[in-house]
Amino acid sequence: MKNKSLVSINDFTRDEHIRILDLAGNFERRPKQRILEDYVVATLFFEPSTRTRLSFESAATRLGARVIGFSEPGSSSVQKGESLRDTIRTVSNYADIIVMRHPREGSARFASEVSRVPVINAGDGANQHPTQTLLDLYSIRKTQGTLDNLNVAFIGDLKYGRTVHSLTMALCNYNTSFHLVSPAELKLPSSVKMHIKERQLVYHQYTEMSEVIPKVDILYMTRIQKERFQDPMEYEKVKNSYILRNSMLDNAKSNLRILHPLPRVNEITYDVDDNPKAYYFTQALNGVFVRQALLAAILGVVE
Amino acid sequence: MENTDQRKELKVSAIENGTVIDHIPSQSVYQVLRILNLTEYNDQLLIGTNLESRKMGKKGIIKVSNKFFKSDEINKIALVAPSATLILIKDFGVSEKKKVEIPSRVEKIVKCFNPNCITNVEDVVTRFEVVNKDDLKLRCHYCEKITAKDTMTFK
Repeated sequence: MKNKSLVSINDFTRDEHIRILDLAGNFERRPKQRILEDYVVATLFFEPSTRTRLSFESAATRLGARVIGFSEPGSSSVQKGESLRDTIRTVSNYADIIVMRHPREGSARFASEVSRVPVINAGDGANQHPTQTLLDLYSIRKTQGTLDNLNVAFIGDLKYGRTVHSLTMALCNYNTSFHLVSPAELKLPSSVKMHIKERQLVYHQYTEMSEVIPKVDILYMTRIQKERFQDPMEYEKVKNSYILRNSMLDNAKSNLRILHPLPRVNEITYDVDDNPKAYYFTQALNGVFVRQALLAAILGVVE
Repeated sequence: MENTDQRKELKVSAIENGTVIDHIPSQSVYQVLRILNLTEYNDQLLIGTNLESRKMGKKGIIKVSNKFFKSDEINKIALVAPSATLILIKDFGVSEKKKVEIPSRVEKIVKCFNPNCITNVEDVVTRFEVVNKDDLKLRCHYCEKITAKDTMTFK
């Protein structure tokens, strides 16, 4: 993985994913290891994303690296009209690795081609966000003890959520059974369903959450955004059908865990937070360990 | 069979030197002219549409004097008229005949249909992988979205 950019989840093989998860486990046990003291990490956020940026900066800082960069394009040469190509070429002279978030799809792939140093994609528009997928895999493996043969339910907006698409693709390596719960307007795109079928795996589609809960090991919640609906009336009709309440978890399996990429709005009520099945805040913490693992592996300071 | 073919081609006059693009679906003739910038062409250009064809029912044909297409241009023809045949003419005779072929990778010539793709925002050479040749689908190397026949435009 040394010097390899991570733009799409499929840039890394299944074995490389597992290697990153194993390394992340080491960092969870010993989060502070000053193995990147001689390194500079650039975090270039062409659109704000406080959570992702802080997670990366925390990961880099815990490893002893110095962090340079910007958190919004207004405070950089971008505002003066500099092209992405020139920004990346310049910054790749100053840093050993670039972490980048950009509103345009394909920007991270392009950056990885013009950069002298490896690029980690921290989100390129609606396209890819591979470090989120890796932290989701880490969370699933950690809570279930395995990635193989699980029943995973995705709830909510399955059409536009890149998190759902990438995680679904990654889980296709592990004989997963998929349970897809969404309003008719927000079903999983056929391209992703084709991927599931090509791997000879099964998916079931539902519009109601209740019948799925007793069957699954992972309940992956997502936010339904009003602006995704052409007809506001449709949104009003479905918005309450995809809210998870604590009372709905009574007949869930004991190993069930609830994940959510955060931020949540109202799709998980606060009374769920105290249920031991709620895992979304720990999931966010796992992101730091996974990003430590990626920085260390790509910079080649761990085998 | 050669003879019948030749007789039909002559419904559009022969050219002395240049290229004949034959077996174009009739409805694609004007698109082929546009993507090759032949609407601006200054030399002799002969166009036929809705000609009878044994193979295709109806076909179109374009004869371009003193023009021999480069591989980028041939790839463009293949993308909009995969049935087309190119016939190179020298001194009123056929010097070479070849079917166009949809390439497995397409570079430079096609625009990504996604307005939010970096290739439509910055000066980036487009690159696609052809993921389906029969029902034309190109996957953008950058934004990973699929540009299909009905959303395809050329640079």
